[in-house]
Amino acid sequence: MRCGVVVFPGSNCDHDVYHVLKHVLGQEVVFLWHGDRSLKECELVVLPGGFSYGDYLRAGAMAAQSAIMPLVRRHADAGGLVVGICNGFQMLLEAGLLPGAMRRNQSLRFECREVYLRVERDDLPFSAGYRRGQVLQLPIAHAEGNYTDSASNLDLLEDNKQIVFRYCNAEGQLDEESNVNGSTRAIAGICSPKGNVLGLMPHPERCAEEVLGNTDGWPLFASAVGALSKEALSRAEVHG
Amino acid sequence: MATNKKTAKTDTASAAAGVRARLTVYPRPEILDPQGKAIADALARLGFDQLKDLRAGKSFDLTLAVDSAAEAEELVRKMADKLLANAILEDFTIEIPAGES
Repeated sequence: MRCGVVVFPGSNCDHDVYHVLKHVLGQEVVFLWHGDRSLKECELVVLPGGFSYGDYLRAGAMAAQSAIMPLVRRHADAGGLVVGICNGFQMLLEAGLLPGAMRRNQSLRFECREVYLRVERDDLPFSAGYRRGQVLQLPIAHAEGNYTDSASNLDLLEDNKQIVFRYCNAEGQLDEESNVNGSTRAIAGICSPKGNVLGLMPHPERCAEEVLGNTDGWPLFASAVGALSKEALSRAEVHG
Repeated sequence: MATNKKTAKTDTASAAAGVRARLTVYPRPEILDPQGKAIADALARLGFDQLKDLRAGKSFDLTLAVDSAAEAEELVRKMADKLLANAILEDFTIEIPAGES
């Protein structure tokens, strides 16, 4: 099982994700370059956080036009796993792999702190290691994470159960104060209709090992790796 | 083809210089514009009481190798749809100054 972390000019969380996948979870990981014409047979593709292209035009807008993005789209269309974290989530929106768009944070500030998240789905490749309603603590660090879309598209997201994480308080309740960037319906993370593409603003890779004092991000990567291993196992059985 | 001598010769003077266009992108009315609000608040603090509304946008000045204003407008519209504006958040206008093309 090979994982790929796509590096864009200005990515700065690429090594953190690489570290978690390789050294914490013991997976084979390669860096992919934004200009690459191949995903090098990676089964899990990560679009990491950072400030790709200096956030020129709109956060993620330039990266969404990279040479590698049509390959990422094809991988996603074929059911492959793709996760975009922070700037990676912004790229998924700009590339149209997930619906919606990001406005500047309501506070107009770059928000860098720990937040609480409520898990809304525990039946996805990326969230099977959590349980529905569980409250996680994850760090955020962004200026444009104020998610929105048209009212009808937001209703569609709810109907399709595509909202995976919401900002909440320590008790798991939604309130204005806990909605750190002003996101519509407190949305912190969403998935594609099939659940194989996930985008989220918080940084699970920054809290995935004991030494950091918080392991709430670990199950996200472990779930994805587990889902792929299970798939590999069933493939092996089918093909004898 | 810039390198094609024959085409270059038959180019009109204005097409050789290009057609200029200005694309203005601004937040849609129903979308909260936190940046515009902060700027409006600052202007109010400076005593500009007459200010009723302010939306913060951005503009792009483009020079295009096309022969007419109509062609320029169509091209800029495509650029806006594909990259320069985000239809979920933003509207845009295209201006081609008189005398272009």
